[in-house]
Amino acid sequence: MQDRTNDFALKIATVNGTGSASANTLLMKSIFRSGIPVMGKNYFPSNIQGLPTWYEIRVSHNGYVARSGQIDLMVAMNAETYARDVREVASGGYLLYDSTWPRPTVFNRQDITILGVPLAQMCNENFDGLRTRILMKNICYAGVLAALLDLDLERIRELLAETYAKKPKLVDANMRAIDLGYGYARKHLHCPLPLKVAPLSQTANHIMIDGNTAAGLGCLYAGATVAAWYPITPSTSLMDAYKAFADKWRVDKATGKKNFAFIQAEDELAAIGMVLGAAWNGARAFTATSGPGISLMGEFIGLAYYAEVPAVIFDVQRVGPSTGMPTRTQQCDVLSAAYASHGDTKHVLLLPRDPEECFYFARDAFDLAERLQTPVMVLSDLDIGMNDWPCPDLKWDDSYQPDRGKVLSAEQISKLEKFQRYLDADGDGIPYRTLPGAHPKGAYFTRGSGHNQYGGYTEDAAEYQLVIDRLVHKFQTAKTLVPRPVVDRNPRVDIGLIAYGSSDGAVREARDLLRARGININYLRVRAFPFGEEVEQFLEQHRLLFVVDQNRDAQMRSLLTLETRVEKAKLRSLLHYSGLPISSEFIVAGVLAEVGTAARVVGVSA
Amino acid sequence: MTFLAKPKVRHPSLPKNSLGLTRRDYEGSMSTLCAGCGHDSITAAVIEACWGLALEPQNLVKLSGIGCSSKTTAYFVGGGHGFNSVHGRMPSIAMGANAANRDLTYIGVSGDGDTLSIGLGQFCHAIRRNLNMLYIIENNGVYGLTKGQFSASADVGTQAKRGEVNRQPPIDPVLLALTLGAPFVARSFSGDKQQLVPLIQAGIRHRGFAMIDVLSPCVTFNDHEGSTKSYAYAREHYDPAVNADFVPFAREITADYSAGESLPIVMHDGSRIVLKKIAPDYDPTDRIAAMAKIQAGMRRQEFLTGMLYLGRGDREFHDLNEMPQTPLNAIPYGQLTPGSKGLDKILARFR
Ligand SMILES: Cc1ncc(C[n+]2csc(CCOP(=O)(O)OP(=O)(O)O)c2C)c(N)n1
Ligand code: SF4
Ligand SMILES: [Mg+2]
Repeated sequence: MQDRTNDFALKIATVNGTGSASANTLLMKSIFRSGIPVMGKNYFPSNIQGLPTWYEIRVSHNGYVARSGQIDLMVAMNAETYARDVREVASGGYLLYDSTWPRPTVFNRQDITILGVPLAQMCNENFDGLRTRILMKNICYAGVLAALLDLDLERIRELLAETYAKKPKLVDANMRAIDLGYGYARKHLHCPLPLKVAPLSQTANHIMIDGNTAAGLGCLYAGATVAAWYPITPSTSLMDAYKAFADKWRVDKATGKKNFAFIQAEDELAAIGMVLGAAWNGARAFTATSGPGISLMGEFIGLAYYAEVPAVIFDVQRVGPSTGMPTRTQQCDVLSAAYASHGDTKHVLLLPRDPEECFYFARDAFDLAERLQTPVMVLSDLDIGMNDWPCPDLKWDDSYQPDRGKVLSAEQISKLEKFQRYLDADGDGIPYRTLPGAHPKGAYFTRGSGHNQYGGYTEDAAEYQLVIDRLVHKFQTAKTLVPRPVVDRNPRVDIGLIAYGSSDGAVREARDLLRARGININYLRVRAFPFGEEVEQFLEQHRLLFVVDQNRDAQMRSLLTLETRVEKAKLRSLLHYSGLPISSEFIVAGVLAEVGTAARVVGVSA
Repeated sequence: MTFLAKPKVRHPSLPKNSLGLTRRDYEGSMSTLCAGCGHDSITAAVIEACWGLALEPQNLVKLSGIGCSSKTTAYFVGGGHGFNSVHGRMPSIAMGANAANRDLTYIGVSGDGDTLSIGLGQFCHAIRRNLNMLYIIENNGVYGLTKGQFSASADVGTQAKRGEVNRQPPIDPVLLALTLGAPFVARSFSGDKQQLVPLIQAGIRHRGFAMIDVLSPCVTFNDHEGSTKSYAYAREHYDPAVNADFVPFAREITADYSAGESLPIVMHDGSRIVLKKIAPDYDPTDRIAAMAKIQAGMRRQEFLTGMLYLGRGDREFHDLNEMPQTPLNAIPYGQLTPGSKGLDKILARFR
């Protein structure tokens, strides 16, 4: 194998509930701290203990964060999955296993190197207690990898010291396990492998954070005070993060009182109701959920749309339909979110690509929800939400002031002849609202039943239509307020690709790979719905457009055909819906299959 | 059908409360319910109660689900803020609203269908959270708005208008609320304004979850012979156990309550509920005893009414969650963000 310094992928196959997560985090963070861009993805079962789990680490001096689609080194720690794990190793790659027991017959590939280390034996000899031995076996393989990949032991020690700051004994025990693995590998194996790391300085001013934590932090910074939710994977950690931050930063020092309400609801029907009640009453309120929760919230989302109540909803998407595969990733709620609820409804969607955007879009979601007086859904997914991504440091502008939208103050209300809740006074489709208790003249009746522009009940055709048509106008206004798409376009190229959310990493890498083969494609990353004029233009500018969706039914492609002027025939879907995050390889293959040889591609530049 | 504004006729002779407002000022839009509907009498009692308490109309939040009963929030205190939500889910709207602003007064109006079927879960959990609100169930044993199907409060043996007999046991909101630990549980009848008005006033002033189950006959679908929720049946089987007088703070207790039969209970804001025991052996401060008596009454086909249970010193949602006196919606943004300096500290963990 040629030298693959700082450019490889390794995968660790273990059993969940055995403490492998800390070993994996240790490995990844030590690489990150050595200045090398690294990304970890966790493939875990919907189960608490005893089922197969994989952790994939991508080391890339190019900063690629997606799955490459290729595994160069497999750490096979789970006998149950040996057969499939050995198959997955790329030709010329390596497999590391626990040689306490005889070499399994399934390890019969000639084109890869198989490395054995008696991990269990070493740990049994050096540690007492079943639980400790199992835990230390995981730390021990991290030691082996440290030798094979040439990791900096000092960094590992430093990380352990931070993790177990309050339990110094554990630092020693863990370090002993690291040394065991490290020592054995140095003595018996050829170290380091061509797959190795060498310090760089590319991670300065970067953090490793998961999207749910970043989103929870964004809610804290946005000034959200009411959080209501019902536990569901993979959104739970978003609420946990918000609560942990709020417990630290929102407790009044003098009184010990909490400047937030954190309510575990009885179900999603109630969680969204609480968000609407709070937002209607002037607090910034949000919930987080996943597909099944969005289905349950439907009726209230429609009420919020029609009665014009702000709401922020994070949908951390997982594999559907139904319960689906709760711990696997997809982008399968695009259509159900865009048109959530019965009747004519349309909703603002924000589509973050990574944790960094989760943070900023959380803030934007509250501003938009209050400005537009409507639900705003942030569609993240399990890959973004639950994996640690390298991101530039999050920044906060201290001059930020929340946009509370058109809320009339007591003084403004007092000057009115009469308050009219649903009147389009400014011509932008957005009416004025009042908060309960503000002023006697500000009272109105909020209802999901037919209402006229003054807020009164109606079943009159013209009155009803006036309001429902204004909502269309409001949605037009939303186009100008939502995050704009990110466009990378060479005017001489007439093939384009549209992607959104977590597919971005794979797309960026795929474009580089295609470019190396002489194929250039333009790229537009959709960051929000409704689509603005830039999306329309991009669609017009290309004769052929790939649309990347991580779902079976080409949901973004459908949304584009429904909501823009594009001709359907120009759109080609690249659909990835296995439950694993999309890989760059998949996109390259999909594009090549369509455009065939480079010669067929019009407008290809050198 | 359009929104009907009730003409406000000013009568100089109409009595005024301490805010200088007349009962008329506590009315809402014109009721569109059937003539004689029990719900309209409850609306009248709510108007009377709010006027009597001199509530500032704009500080009243009126919440409801869906049903004939839930429509009534539009018919009282037009100067209050109304939120007519979705079927069975008023409690969650109330919870969120209350969490955002603890300073307002929250009255929820629901039906037996809205509360005991589709909304049963939310009702129970609002009690568990001890949400500070008055929750009125306008109980007619049927789904009025969808034309008379049995609700979950229909008694065994009661007959529908078309002759069908209910065989499923009812869910009694009073017993349920007592089981779940509600601190204020009352039952009344839409036809007994005398009893109902002070109960509503006490429920509004009470801190924590106050529930009043009000028997409220549906004249259109459930007022015939054979129904156990008709006016005639209610009058016949009506059994007041403990009536309440509501005495606002700073007013003397003047009525003559004979010793042993009256019990003044001081509320959080200093006002008092004076319980007048009609059944001398009924103890409205003993949850278990109250439940036994209510059930014994049911066995005799009597429905006990009045202030059936009143606990003391309960901690409501904000206390339980250690929230500040300042409503969350009034905390300045500057106190809610750790700012860029805080962010530097927070990010250290992610390096
Ligand atoms: C989700 C949903 N399902 C069904 C309905 C239809 N619906 C409207 S009111 C009602 C029952 C109301 O009964 P109750 O709460 O007892 O009110 P009443 O009309 O008797 O006062 C039903 C089933 C609805 N509005 N929403
Ligand atoms: S149908 Fe029954 S509950 Fe509804 S308004 Fe008429 S009488 Fe009242
Ligand atoms: Mg009913």
